[in-house]
Amino acid sequence: MQYLPNIIFAIILFVGVGYFAKNIRKLIRNIKLGRKVDASDNKSQRWKNMARIALGQSKMVKRPIAGFLHIIVYVGFIIINIEVLEIIIDGLFGTHRIGLEVLPVSVYGFLIDAFEILAVLVLISVVVFWLRRNVIKLRRFMANEMKGWPKSDGNIILYFEVVLMCLFLLMNATDTSFQDMNYGNIISQFIAPWFSDVAPETLHIIERTAWWLHIVGILIFLNYLYFSKHLHILLAFPNTYYGSVEPKGKFNNLEAVTNEVKLMMDPDADPYAAPAETADDEVPAKFGASDVMDLNQIQLLNAYTCTECGRCTSACPANLTGKKLSPRKIMMDTRDRLEEVGKNIDANNGEFKDDGKQLLGDYILNEELWACTTCNACVEECPVSINPLSIILEMRRYLVMEQSAAPMELNNMMTNIENNGAPWPYNQMDRLNWKDE
Amino acid sequence: MSEQLKVPTMAEFMAEGKQPEILFWVGSAGSYDDRAKKITKAFVKILNKANVDFAVLGTEESNTGDLAKRAGNEFLFQMQAVMNIEVLNAYEVKRIVTCDPHSFNCLKNEYPSLGGNYDVIHHTQYIKELMDSGRLTLEGNTYKGKRITFHDPCYLGRANNEYDAPRDVLSKTNATLVEMKRHKQTALCCGAGGAQMFKEPEKGDMDINVLRTQDALETNPEIIATGCPYCNTMMTDGIKAKEKENDISVMDIAELIANA
Repeated sequence: MQYLPNIIFAIILFVGVGYFAKNIRKLIRNIKLGRKVDASDNKSQRWKNMARIALGQSKMVKRPIAGFLHIIVYVGFIIINIEVLEIIIDGLFGTHRIGLEVLPVSVYGFLIDAFEILAVLVLISVVVFWLRRNVIKLRRFMANEMKGWPKSDGNIILYFEVVLMCLFLLMNATDTSFQDMNYGNIISQFIAPWFSDVAPETLHIIERTAWWLHIVGILIFLNYLYFSKHLHILLAFPNTYYGSVEPKGKFNNLEAVTNEVKLMMDPDADPYAAPAETADDEVPAKFGASDVMDLNQIQLLNAYTCTECGRCTSACPANLTGKKLSPRKIMMDTRDRLEEVGKNIDANNGEFKDDGKQLLGDYILNEELWACTTCNACVEECPVSINPLSIILEMRRYLVMEQSAAPMELNNMMTNIENNGAPWPYNQMDRLNWKDE
Repeated sequence: MSEQLKVPTMAEFMAEGKQPEILFWVGSAGSYDDRAKKITKAFVKILNKANVDFAVLGTEESNTGDLAKRAGNEFLFQMQAVMNIEVLNAYEVKRIVTCDPHSFNCLKNEYPSLGGNYDVIHHTQYIKELMDSGRLTLEGNTYKGKRITFHDPCYLGRANNEYDAPRDVLSKTNATLVEMKRHKQTALCCGAGGAQMFKEPEKGDMDINVLRTQDALETNPEIIATGCPYCNTMMTDGIKAKEKENDISVMDIAELIANA
């Protein structure tokens, strides 16, 4: 019987980590529904980007208030999680504060002091974050796509952090032997007196409860990630690694089109020849994208990484002038549709069954796509290297090349380019007339 | 002033068996749009003044295909690109300068993988180069003390990380440079990019160029400087919408330098 808590702990840990791992496998499977994309180039630049943008938060601080608070929560979260290591060892082996056994009291005390201070700073930051979302009502948190679940999701995460930080401080405050030691209780020593009237046995129960709730809370939080915008705490790292290392103005040239154009321009080409055998391994079935499977794997990773902060949308010229386009919504729609496709596959024994829906039309409207000025403001803003513009372009390609569904004025413009090499109906032979005017 | 402009073509250079220092890619706007043609001529005036051995393709130039690409028509883009690359490679062009950031971006970034590898620069970069090497000097003081605000073109700034060249060139005029709240990386688009220039905007509560013009007006400028023919049109329209066309002029950096 004396090992019962250890066994319960092991089971909870196993279930918590196991369920999380299962969902991560699903996430990877969903991302792999996208087209393959080669990102094996520029390895050292990619590692640098990851270190600078994800680890170093270089883009977060472009907006100083949110950036500063975010760094506190981020650093706090990572460092306080060192404490989780101790909790896991204690839980599995029935020890109490194993850190004290392996570290000098002064070092252990210093660490816990640091955790406690960070916990308070995190609490303060989280309160400010909550006020920004719910009282100050910053414009970027009030957009149409932020109603309902996305709004609750943002708040739930904040509540989680409040609860976890409070449990951590409570656990320390009610640990009598830890308080008696008087090392590492820089904050909790002020909470401990609140319990001076409580009987030692009750105090012990409170301490144990806080300890258990803390670790269970962390495991719940871990598993909540998959269902939440909060996946960015993990995916920001691969996402910044796979983010573009090219100038932002450089849009990819479609290889399938290049092959066809070459064929058209080649006077020796036989238009009736069977396609070359080497060309048919990864030839896309269509040009551009109408659904998530037509996007590439990095674009789908982008969708899971988006934490809906809305910096992109708040910089988008179309959105700022009241158009429907919101780059954040493009990312949220892509993820929602990808999740829908994933569930469809789960429900149909691993095969996607046509559900009569697609990303284009059912989620993202033509009106949104045509409002984009391709100005790259959204790409520049994203603190984790997401590129909403590449998805917009891919969907425009589908509209134009597969459906000939461009706005009429654009069709006229393109016809002019085709006929006389200029977007206006002027004769190519007049191209140098300006010289003599 | 037209008779003073020297605008040799690549064909003429070839006939003499010579290579120019640089090819001036005029672009569709610069060739046909009435406002943009003035920018083209101003830039040629600068090239002539600095004795640059340049050439244009003239009637052999065609649209880069940039517009078609941004609109989603990859076929048309690549057709245009392949045709232009054939001409450029036949003339063994090494270096290209253009007043249009969209052509600049397209030629520089999107032509190489289709077989067109050139050293492509924007005209503000080239003007800076001419100034730095002493080939171009400004004698006049036309703009001394004038308040000038520079609107970053998206395809020069964010797209290709060039924020300094236009500002360096402007600072040589001894004008007072004032920055808009949104500038450099955070500059707001004029509203013309992504083929928007050629269509009506989607439904909204304001036109993008008007919002950007408000940004500019906040700096209380006498001149709004641009580095892109499309931005120029959009800002000019914005100034008209705000009924400020008598107080504020919208000018390309090439025009400012040609007049300085």
